[in-house]
Amino acid sequence: MLRIRNLDAGYGSLSVLRHISLHVKQGEIVTIIGANGAGKTTLLKTVSGLLRPKSGEVLFRDKDIASLPPERIVFEGCSLVPEGRQVFAAMPVRENLLLGGYVQFKRGRSSEVKADLERVYGLFPVLRQREHQLAGTLSGGEQQMLAIGRAIMSRPSLIMLDEPSMGLAPLVVKGIFEIIGKLRDEGATVLLVEQNARSALRIANRGYVLETGRIIKDGDAADLLTDREIQRAYLGKDLDAEN
Amino acid sequence: MFLELFFQYLVAGLTYGTIYAIVGIGFNIVYNTTGIINFAQGEFVMLGGMIAVSLHSLLPLPIAIAAAVVLTMAIGALIEMTFIRWLVKPAVLRMIIITIGISILVREAALHLWGESVRSLPYFTGNEISAFSFGGVRVSPQVLWTLGICSVIVISLNLFFKYTMLGREMRACASNRDAAALCGIPTRNMVTLSFALAAGIGALAGAVVSPITQTSYSIGTGLAIKGFTVAILGGLGNSMAAVAAGFILGILESFSIWVMPTAYKDAIAITILLAMLFVRPSGLFGNKEAFRLKDF
Repeated sequence: MLRIRNLDAGYGSLSVLRHISLHVKQGEIVTIIGANGAGKTTLLKTVSGLLRPKSGEVLFRDKDIASLPPERIVFEGCSLVPEGRQVFAAMPVRENLLLGGYVQFKRGRSSEVKADLERVYGLFPVLRQREHQLAGTLSGGEQQMLAIGRAIMSRPSLIMLDEPSMGLAPLVVKGIFEIIGKLRDEGATVLLVEQNARSALRIANRGYVLETGRIIKDGDAADLLTDREIQRAYLGKDLDAEN
Repeated sequence: MFLELFFQYLVAGLTYGTIYAIVGIGFNIVYNTTGIINFAQGEFVMLGGMIAVSLHSLLPLPIAIAAAVVLTMAIGALIEMTFIRWLVKPAVLRMIIITIGISILVREAALHLWGESVRSLPYFTGNEISAFSFGGVRVSPQVLWTLGICSVIVISLNLFFKYTMLGREMRACASNRDAAALCGIPTRNMVTLSFALAAGIGALAGAVVSPITQTSYSIGTGLAIKGFTVAILGGLGNSMAAVAAGFILGILESFSIWVMPTAYKDAIAITILLAMLFVRPSGLFGNKEAFRLKDF
């Protein structure tokens, strides 16, 4: 579905990502874990078109999308839930979701948008209760649900999430991850970027570890969960103490 | 007699106030989608009036005005596409200098095209001396035209932003440009559209008011300052507040004649502008209120 080859990206003369290569197959959850400043957000920004890559290929369903602007990439079926939710704060929940359906309107499938809206309300019942409330007045968790719902409204074949657990209470985080699993079960493909490595690896099929702009490790999520080095660096386990 | 004079000044203040409000709204439309203060906003009012006057020698009045509005919208869009569109995250100072440059360019082009002469459209109904009398207060029919059409502009803009898909997309772009792009909305086109829209309402107001205030190549700068004052006074980005602020400025100016020489009339706007920028840059109706109304 998504294949990245030798991607270099950054801001201005500052280079953040170096020679990144990874792929995401249809129907799987792939997670990218790494510390603050490792380049996780930069990677998703580059794939979604908010940032132009310096070099390298981004193939989405065998089409090079590296030079497309963000609004075109969404039409290709690749949707980003950006870091920090980025909801339209001064607009009601319902309008936020309808804007997410913009792609469907333009595809001439406006008749399906109503059903999609119901689907999002089904996934996140709290959004239906808050339908007419301004998005800026929602709690962090509700805003995250709204941001995910808005991305789903475009009927993406790949949905990318940037730190959906950021700043949320543990119980809320659990709910969000359950929804992500549910999306996969319904046939979506997910690329998940997370600092919360444990939760991410638990629901993911495969994972990549990003460190200072390079991928230092990749493999099955289950293997990464038990990898000693990763446990020490990202899962907060003090192995010596345990032994 | 005193009361009649009072209302006479009030009506004059309201008339000018609506024009300031329209220019202020123009500022806000562009500011909301781009974060740019477009100092060429006043030139759109000038262009609307001047083009309408020129076209009126060939076409009937309503068609001449409609054509002037469409032409000015095209000019607004063209300006955006030529000077603004290709800039990637420009600095504020750079944008200000660019828009002031555009304003000078438009003004000089107008001087070249139309000369220095002062022009105006004929009164839409009646003439210079016809007037309705409301209990001794004499109101020119053109004043009613101006107030009426400007109200229609404000109301239809409100409806457009609230209830149409395109309006919603423009608001989304204003609220969070990156997120709008991630929804698939072509944000660059929204910016072009906001320039065209700001140009269009400015041009319409310019044409409608020209029988009263008259128009010449140089009126744009003054109006830009007044409109900017109104936009700041109301709170930048808040268009309904700009209407209220427009009336406040118009009425203040009009009543100032009572207490000080007419020559100082224009100083009022500058005084208010400076005072607001020093004391309360968020505007009279800033913060909470602004948040609630921001979207219009």
